[in-house]
Amino acid sequence: MKNLLPILTVLAAIAALWYVAVAPMNIRGALDMAERGGAEVVPAESIARFDRSVWRLMMDNPEHIAAGYALERPRLPTPGQVGAELWKTTGDMALRGRALSKRSLIYHGWITLQSTLWGFALGTVLGMAGAIAIVYSRVVDMSLMPWAIISQTIPIVALAPMIIVLSSQVGIEGRTVPKAIISAYLCYFPVLVGMVKGLRSPGAAQLDLLRTYSASGLQAFLKLRLPASMPYLFTSLKIGIAAALVGTIVGELPTGAISGLGARILIGDQFGTPLAIWAALFAAAILAGVLVTLLDVMQRVTLKRMGMQT
Amino acid sequence: MQDQTDAPVLDRSTTKPVISAKSLDLTFQTNDGPVHALSGVDLDIGKGEFVSFIGPSGCGKTTFLRCIAALEAPTGGTLTVNGMTPDEARRARAYGYVFQAAGLYPWRTIEKNIALPLEIMGYSKSEQDERIARVLDLVELSNFGKKYPWQLSGGMQQRASIARALAFDADILLMDEPFGALDEIVRDHLNEQLLDLWARTEKTIGFVTHSIPEAVYLSTKIVVMSPRPGRITDVIDSPLPKERPLDIRDTPEFLEIAHRVRDGLRAGHAYDD
Repeated sequence: MKNLLPILTVLAAIAALWYVAVAPMNIRGALDMAERGGAEVVPAESIARFDRSVWRLMMDNPEHIAAGYALERPRLPTPGQVGAELWKTTGDMALRGRALSKRSLIYHGWITLQSTLWGFALGTVLGMAGAIAIVYSRVVDMSLMPWAIISQTIPIVALAPMIIVLSSQVGIEGRTVPKAIISAYLCYFPVLVGMVKGLRSPGAAQLDLLRTYSASGLQAFLKLRLPASMPYLFTSLKIGIAAALVGTIVGELPTGAISGLGARILIGDQFGTPLAIWAALFAAAILAGVLVTLLDVMQRVTLKRMGMQT
Repeated sequence: MQDQTDAPVLDRSTTKPVISAKSLDLTFQTNDGPVHALSGVDLDIGKGEFVSFIGPSGCGKTTFLRCIAALEAPTGGTLTVNGMTPDEARRARAYGYVFQAAGLYPWRTIEKNIALPLEIMGYSKSEQDERIARVLDLVELSNFGKKYPWQLSGGMQQRASIARALAFDADILLMDEPFGALDEIVRDHLNEQLLDLWARTEKTIGFVTHSIPEAVYLSTKIVVMSPRPGRITDVIDSPLPKERPLDIRDTPEFLEIAHRVRDGLRAGHAYDD
């Protein structure tokens, strides 16, 4: 718990910076609203205000700065507004028994989580299988590894719509499968790289020792390489699940998606409701945090059971 | 000094050799051309002998030990272990090997580490337990079986790794600078313990070291080697008695052998590199 104080300090600093930033970001909106309400603003015409810097507008209209903290459609909502929106679309709806309504972020989060977990499972299996093939075969090492690296240089935003279109061509209904494929595409790489490193972590002396016992390749794998790779695996899984979540959200962005956190972000953008975007963004961040924390706990429990210092 | 009449030592060396090398060669092909790691090595090691290999780095002492263990394949000459090829001897579980680093698995307790070769070789659970208890007792670690390696000192870890090498009853113990990374005092203590263990188990021990006092204190036979190409320059049969308290290192006999080892090392060592 001694980590708590530094974490809270950084959090407080971010919140403070955020609150300060709200004033310049929302001053135009606040002045527009004040003008519509008949209040006196400088300059009076919104066209003229366009050419002024936000700093100048704040200096000329100090009495309207406060209004920027309570806009209905703020450019930059305050943390409080985001929190309220998040609560309105999650906890509050759950309390009213509408947790799985299509307007609730719990529903959209659940859609995203499903694809993330499928993609994560697929990516982990592919990554581990690839790593084993690379470690045990020099041919695979030389042929697969460069492609694995190249695969990560292709922007996923370009690839995602193609995967969705192509998977519908082969008759796959809905978005769950293509989204899972996209997230697996992002997630397998850290698992592959981490596992290759982990499986190769035993030194020459360790492998020689097993040779002096005339151990088989399978025994060497199960008794030495696999356990030795565990710390690397968990580190990779934590990166992998975050990547899988990003992959799923990217898969929800192309037009047509109506459910999932990615779709909420896109719809929020199209309908000019920044609060919805920010709420979905935070929901995604919280989801990622929960998933990574779960894996972290699993890592601690597993390594502790294995008797390793963590 | 080689033709002395020290009865017990002579008995050992006249019985059929356990390890026998005849004009053994090993050349590694590297990018900088061939490296003659071993050249014309002739050596017989009798049952129950404690043989030390000493020499500067690159003299092939570790390579020779690895050849015996079938971890390297000689490119010329013959090498037999218990009358078999090194490969056959390994499959017959002829030797246990101790590396410079204890190399215990951090995710296994000391007991489980010792069980490793037994699991691989397919011993039953009850047999494993019985053997683990026996070898832990041999290295005086009986109370530490349930501990993890990181909970033990470096010296204790190395003792555990010796116990692991003893667990499957190999007659030969090959040790590659096992105490090289330990401090002087711990090393002295482990040397004493090793002699005691050798006397009780009557193993044949091949021991690589670069410490002259360690080689002289432990061995019945000291093999002095020199580099480029790796070869044997002197073989010294020690006249020291089997009972060796630590203060034997101050006796004239001890110093005389140490002297001869040092002379052998100096003769074979090219100082211009």
